[in-house]
Amino acid sequence: MAKASKTAERKASKWELRLYIAGNTAKSVTALANLKKYCEEHMEGQYTIEVVDLLMHPQLAAGDQILAVPTLVRKVPVPIRKIIGDLSNEEKVLVGLNIRPIKK
Amino acid sequence: MPSKTKAASPVKKTLPKTPTGVQGLDEITGGGLPTGRPTLVCGAAGCGKTLLAIEFIVRGATEYGEPGVFIAFEEKADELATNVASLGFDLAKLQKDGLLRVDHVYIDKSEIEETGEYDLDGLFIRLAYAIDSIGAKRVVLDTIENLFSGLSNEAILRAELRRLFGWLKGKGVTAVITGEKGEGTLTRQGLEEYVSDCVILLDHRVINQISTRLLRIVKYRGSVHGTNEYPFLIDEDGISVLPITSLLLNADVSSQRISSGIPALDEMLGGKGFFRGSSILVSGTAGTGKTSIAAVFANETCKRKERCIYFAFEESPQQIVRNMFSIGIDLRPHIDKGLLEMHAARPTLNGLEMHLVAIHKHVKRFKPRTVILDPVTNLVTVGSISEVKSMLIRLIDFLQAEQITVMFTALSLNTAVNEQTDEGVSSLVDAWLLVRDLEANGERNRGLYIMKSRGMKHSNQVREFVINDSGIKLVDVYLGPEGVLTGSAREAQQLSEVTGEVLRSHAINRKDVEIQRKRNVLEAKIASLQEEFESVQDELNKAYVEENIRREIAQKDRNQLIQARYSKNTGNGKGK
Repeated sequence: MAKASKTAERKASKWELRLYIAGNTAKSVTALANLKKYCEEHMEGQYTIEVVDLLMHPQLAAGDQILAVPTLVRKVPVPIRKIIGDLSNEEKVLVGLNIRPIKK
Repeated sequence: MPSKTKAASPVKKTLPKTPTGVQGLDEITGGGLPTGRPTLVCGAAGCGKTLLAIEFIVRGATEYGEPGVFIAFEEKADELATNVASLGFDLAKLQKDGLLRVDHVYIDKSEIEETGEYDLDGLFIRLAYAIDSIGAKRVVLDTIENLFSGLSNEAILRAELRRLFGWLKGKGVTAVITGEKGEGTLTRQGLEEYVSDCVILLDHRVINQISTRLLRIVKYRGSVHGTNEYPFLIDEDGISVLPITSLLLNADVSSQRISSGIPALDEMLGGKGFFRGSSILVSGTAGTGKTSIAAVFANETCKRKERCIYFAFEESPQQIVRNMFSIGIDLRPHIDKGLLEMHAARPTLNGLEMHLVAIHKHVKRFKPRTVILDPVTNLVTVGSISEVKSMLIRLIDFLQAEQITVMFTALSLNTAVNEQTDEGVSSLVDAWLLVRDLEANGERNRGLYIMKSRGMKHSNQVREFVINDSGIKLVDVYLGPEGVLTGSAREAQQLSEVTGEVLRSHAINRKDVEIQRKRNVLEAKIASLQEEFESVQDELNKAYVEENIRREIAQKDRNQLIQARYSKNTGNGKGK
């Protein structure tokens, strides 16, 4: 099973995720909550989440080409993927992050 | 109510404007773009939107000391820098000096997934960061629609775009947003033009294979502006817009007169020549010497140590110099001295407007007193007559404002029909010389008329116009008993008159001799009569003297006789 193999390879974090938000808006909060939920469900222990508040660090927006907030950026594994929005659609998020849904 | 309207005219608080630094655009907009408000620049691909935007930023930074932010959605910062380097814009240096910030916003649909609600705060934050980091007064977003190709939730985008315009206004920056032209609307989304305070539409038209760029101010809230389509062009100095200026016709006029270089022509023009700053049209059919008249005029200008620019649309400068040398006009020294500049270009090189701008530029740089265009009719190959006319109106206006005398030559193809409508410019010009063929007796001669010459006395005579090795001369047309004679007919008439003269003087001579002879004869006669008279007188004298002598002698004899008788009688008489 996928989960088993992943657990076996548990080294450092396999997924490095970065969530860009702009202040504590409803959308940001929802997005962060959603993200945490999915990560715990699908890649427990193999991920790191970095939350960047652009209001505090506006200079970071250019680096990842952030336009919309909230934006979730998958830094590792490459290629970089971006998911924008409040991450309310789980399937899309998982496809976006290239995580196979466990159902299969 | 009149009194109320009168009272209700307070001091107008005009909209503050930010000069773009783009040549001509500030004239049309009456000072520039609305300060602190967004302006939309829209148009199809390749019409110069990005260039206008970058010029707005760069000129703002270099000429007005206003830092600017350029958000590029299409090109990368270094690509942009390379693209505008040819215009002499050094983006890297401006960025180093803190006058410019270029931010490339890149959206790749393939790496973006959308789920749920989002907004464009990221963009706003980047923008705000860029603006605040250099204290920017000017912002360009080029091209905002790229957002729509990268993101799919149109509802959000439209709302965010609207918010962006409001946000920019709130930020107090003068923004230029570029947008692609849509089908039937100014922009693809049909949104930006409504939320912008000023909309500038750029267009690029190709008519008869000649391209013309046009600019139009579609709207400008709170300001008057030129509403026409203004041609503009992009060259090594960036964008130049050409407003049809001075529709007011209030240019200064000079009453100074300048010679045409042909003394007899000056004589026809009230003895002094043309007005300075006037426009002169020389029209005529092919081969009537229009270019020669123009070259003589150029030559005369340079002789006065004034500058002259000669725009040739038919011949190359070398060709003109060579050809004019053959009639004794040497233009070469003037060119060497820098008094004369010649610019030759085929009309089809570019559109009319490009020509106009090229002329503008040369004139602005060289500051001539005289400009010659030879021939303007060739420009018709790149535009309709009305376009050429409008171009020439603008040219004349421009030159008159600068007090530059301009001479056009125009080829009339069909003298009979076209005489009054030479490219429609004849009504614009101040003086109109018509050179035409006078065909008679199996030969062709040139005749020159002054069709009109505003503000001066001018001759109504047709003058014959002769080009020979030593230049151009005007000969009085010979009015013989059979009418106007030109060319060989004139010469023949002149010759026959000379012959008559000779014959007549010969005849007079003969008569003189005869009279002399007669006089001699008479004088001889008089002399002989005198002789005769003298001899008769002598004869008479002789008789008279003889008579006297005889009388004397007789007297003496008688006395002697008396004496003698007396003495006899004394002896005898006493005795009786």
